[in-house]
Amino acid sequence: MSRTLAEKVWEAHVVRHGSGAEPDLLYIDLHLLHEVTSPQAFDGLRLAGRRIRRPDLTIATEDHNVPTVDIELPIADPVSRTQVETLRKNCAEFGVRLHPMGDAEQGIVHVVGPQLGLTQPGMTVVCGDSHTSTHGAFGALAFGIGTSEVEHVMATQTLPLRPFKTMAVTVEGALKPGVTAKDVILAVIAKIGTGGGQGYVLEYRGSAIEALSMEARMTICNMSIEAGARAGMIAPDRTTFDYLKGRPHAPTGADWDAAVAYWESLRTDEGAEFDAEVVLDADELTPFVTWGTNPGQGLPLGDRVPDPETIVDENERVAAEKALAYMGLAPGTPLRDIHVDTVFLGSCTNGRIEDLRAAADVLRGQRVADGVRMLVVPGSMRVRAQAEAEGLHEVFLAAGAEWRQAGCSMCLGMNPDQLKPGERSASTSNRNFEGRQGKGGRTHLVSPLVAAATAVRGTLSSPADLVSRS
Amino acid sequence: MEAFTTHTGVGVPLRRSNVDTDQIIPAVYLKRVTRSGFEDGLFAAWRGDEGFVLNQEPFRAGSVLVAGPDFGTGSSREHAVWALMDYGFRVVISSRFADIFRGNAGKQGLVAAQCEQSDVELLWKVLENDPGTPVTVDLTKNTVVAKDFTAPFTIDEYTRWRLLEGLDDIALTLRHADDITTFERNRAGWLPTTEPVPVR
Repeated sequence: MSRTLAEKVWEAHVVRHGSGAEPDLLYIDLHLLHEVTSPQAFDGLRLAGRRIRRPDLTIATEDHNVPTVDIELPIADPVSRTQVETLRKNCAEFGVRLHPMGDAEQGIVHVVGPQLGLTQPGMTVVCGDSHTSTHGAFGALAFGIGTSEVEHVMATQTLPLRPFKTMAVTVEGALKPGVTAKDVILAVIAKIGTGGGQGYVLEYRGSAIEALSMEARMTICNMSIEAGARAGMIAPDRTTFDYLKGRPHAPTGADWDAAVAYWESLRTDEGAEFDAEVVLDADELTPFVTWGTNPGQGLPLGDRVPDPETIVDENERVAAEKALAYMGLAPGTPLRDIHVDTVFLGSCTNGRIEDLRAAADVLRGQRVADGVRMLVVPGSMRVRAQAEAEGLHEVFLAAGAEWRQAGCSMCLGMNPDQLKPGERSASTSNRNFEGRQGKGGRTHLVSPLVAAATAVRGTLSSPADLVSRS
Repeated sequence: MEAFTTHTGVGVPLRRSNVDTDQIIPAVYLKRVTRSGFEDGLFAAWRGDEGFVLNQEPFRAGSVLVAGPDFGTGSSREHAVWALMDYGFRVVISSRFADIFRGNAGKQGLVAAQCEQSDVELLWKVLENDPGTPVTVDLTKNTVVAKDFTAPFTIDEYTRWRLLEGLDDIALTLRHADDITTFERNRAGWLPTTEPVPVR
């Protein structure tokens, strides 16, 4: 029978099939931990007298709470410090490998797994973090879970789950220069809505997807959750294998050959049926930015802030009215006229080396506009080291941007990097929810290219806007 | 987990769609390492506004939340469920729930009852016309009742069974420990492990 990629990976991990309403029991190949969603799970184990079944399939890093400056000092916020220290104590007690702040392999959990080569095609990967969907870029089935499920995986290395539905997201054609993976996924979310993917695994396919690098594929899969989907996947191919080869945890020798032979079977069969399908034309896409307070409220940069009165659906109209009030925007304003005071380049969506390179190319020889603050936060210490080896940090510093240590930083208001009430950012992160980057902060989601151009002009811009002005 | 059969409590109309988990509890409240006391973070930004529904009597003492579509989107934080339950909510009614939120609710004993959007709108009117109206959510019959309003709701059968019985997921899975061991024996040898750290 013809099967989709997601179905193949699912079936390869069924420990036992459920009968009737009972879910399948699915084996988990890799469990990623961070300090925020794990402490109560460790506590649950302790209370029940349980151990972690497979510490050798588990790895932890510190990312959400960590400051991105002065990391050699103790964390100033005592509550954040306690959470990080609790992770250290728990990992020591339960025998889990941890990359703490300052370690050469520390970074955002979804940057660390792939760069170590721990994320491989066909695996099941979970983490108490919704952006676990990132790892689907390798053809893994990867999804976020809650803390109860974290405890469940710790205790059993499995999860009881019902199969997800499958949706094909086909992007054919070629992206124009200046159009990136971030623009693709923002356009997908705007098209299907923040609930459009609920219950589905999205499989991104088509010539435009096949042409993308691993970093770009990770950006796309990362934001699958923003369309409501549990996971996103891309079939592994030569690009995937080339990325993995030689990484610390990638197979070697005969194991490599055996792995590649299996990985090559991980693609949707001819004639396999998806439960739903969405098609996008890559040639039509332009840089995309959000104007509202959910990631589905986005438009091409050349458009204007929409007028809620023209929205037919009542719930969407009310949501748009509330969003514009929160964002302090008037209907009809050209998106290019929106001034920002902060630009954030980083996060598990766009904090990889390729993202930093793209932004540096725009910033080379330019200056960040007066009154604009730009934070550049590498997704991991490894990315930071690579960027410094390439001299990218000098480009950022020369342009007047801040060059930081690795962490989640301004993607979410949990560490010192936050917007103040009323401040407005162009951000390469993944969520523009009310208060996401700090109470009262206003967020426009953008690609690294748009972030860099916006930093130079002070208003939402693409690199093409810089060229035409110089 | 405590078993759930039926619950009656004050219904709270929350006329908002896309209530993401950052709204339910902002990240700044996620730093605790304990499992209780998250009620102060519930809807923290909105509770600063006097007009917000939970700042009004008799909704302050609500235990059945009636929200717009796409409730619980965004971050996987189970703290959203803990905050709702610590505040006193036992049920959330919506026409559509985000997957991870629904899963988390089921693990903790918070009933995520899915109703038609038209029924949600009717129920909003009942609760706004007569604030303090008790809502009864009966998991044995899958019904929501408030005065003369009655509507069915859906919840997946397995979760419903677990909630009715008050069963713990880990204990249920550990009945199949032998199957897990057998599965592990057959995994490919080249699959990665985090330990020992390879020396290359």
